[in-house]
Amino acid sequence: MGEEMGEDLGGQAGGQADGQAGVQVSQRAFLSTRKGLFELRRTGDDWGFGPIHFLGEPVSIALFDKRDGSLYAALNLGHFGVKLHRLDAGSASWTEIAAPAYPPKPDSGASGDTDPVEWTNRLIWSLEAGGQDQPGVLWAGTLPGGLFKSGDRGATWELVRALWDVPQRKEWFGGGYDVPGIHSICVDPRNSDHLLVGVSCGGVWRTEDGGASWRTSATGMRADYMPPELNENEAVQDPHRIVRCAGAPDVLWCQHHNGMWRSSDNGLRWKEITDVPLSCFGFAVAAHPRDGGTAWFAPAEADQRRIPVDASLAVTRSRDGGLSFTALRQGLPQQHCYDLVYRHGLAVDDDGASLLMASTSGGVWTSADGGDSWRTLSTTLPPVYAVCFG
Amino acid sequence: MARLVFTQQLARFTPVPQVDTAALHLRAALDSAFALNPLLRGYVLDDQGHLRANVAIFIDGRRCADRRQLNDPLQTDSTVHVLQALSGG
Repeated sequence: MGEEMGEDLGGQAGGQADGQAGVQVSQRAFLSTRKGLFELRRTGDDWGFGPIHFLGEPVSIALFDKRDGSLYAALNLGHFGVKLHRLDAGSASWTEIAAPAYPPKPDSGASGDTDPVEWTNRLIWSLEAGGQDQPGVLWAGTLPGGLFKSGDRGATWELVRALWDVPQRKEWFGGGYDVPGIHSICVDPRNSDHLLVGVSCGGVWRTEDGGASWRTSATGMRADYMPPELNENEAVQDPHRIVRCAGAPDVLWCQHHNGMWRSSDNGLRWKEITDVPLSCFGFAVAAHPRDGGTAWFAPAEADQRRIPVDASLAVTRSRDGGLSFTALRQGLPQQHCYDLVYRHGLAVDDDGASLLMASTSGGVWTSADGGDSWRTLSTTLPPVYAVCFG
Repeated sequence: MARLVFTQQLARFTPVPQVDTAALHLRAALDSAFALNPLLRGYVLDDQGHLRANVAIFIDGRRCADRRQLNDPLQTDSTVHVLQALSGG
């Protein structure tokens, strides 16, 4: 369980070729923070600050939709609830669009079997674009555990009832927040109707029919925070973050509350990654866009002490499918560092070499060489919830 | 006519009309404002149509009693203030 409690944009995003055919390097990146959406702009291998959007407002997650150049920002206003805004490509102003909203909660009826969960959107925790063949389709994962789909770029949303209504949802519980939440949505680039979603704490779920039906997909994971007889219950696992390798879509990586896992069969079975340096605890993981053997993690000391190991910040990287890891430290603070990287606080660009990482303490670091070395962009930003390239 | 006055804190996010309404109950009065700006509903009410936890409504200086049904009666000369509650930060 985690501890996440808690304008001028102008122009098309786009990128520049980095020498690999078809691979674009993002010219922008975005930090979703407690005090606004901070835009970064690339200059060569370096990054600087651009405009700040929604300054002063909590931004829980942002999405750059490569399909049409739109940028989405999810706000969580302290008084006035969850809001969603879209910035169309080429536009200089944001438009407020519909926020996912739960349908009326039914009465308990004669059975008295009342859902203890309030049917109210408390946070947009994840936001993902649908497949290339589904323009306009968006997916939103929320607290208290509802997955929503839009077919019209966020003009309207519908709760995915088939997942909301699975009997096992009664077993879900909060991890990072008081209520369950969906933080990871992995669309299969080979078939847009195939999705994998991660729930804290409700395990991993898969659909192969666009969301009409769901089944658990957490075989191999282990929940040490449960009684022994429930350790392997797939519906109570706490995958902190799940990411897919776009170029090798059968490969998925998971930073779990109780360790690190990898799947090479599209999430049907998960194999625990062991003998990792520093720690197997953490929240964030980023998958290389093409190399299924490469991923980056941001380890924290332990569940009981959520700080960098020895107060010294490091990223761990595997290039062999999790068999071995290298701890990467160059350029990262090595003394008196208490920065924690949340679930969405680590991202890799399409070139597989540009990395962006940001922390709860407002630290922001970039790498242009796959994590071998890092540059500090700031240590004084608001707490950062999520980062993305765009 | 009862008068609805929304906090200008809300105007940072969405237009907040000042509404004079013949409604006899709070929810109907709010609906008349939401008709002018449908986005306003989501700022004041949650998904279930209940008053948001960190929004406060005062009717003639008296705090709204029923945050779920919002069926507090209004007088023809009532003034309704929709405010942000300090509990929300």
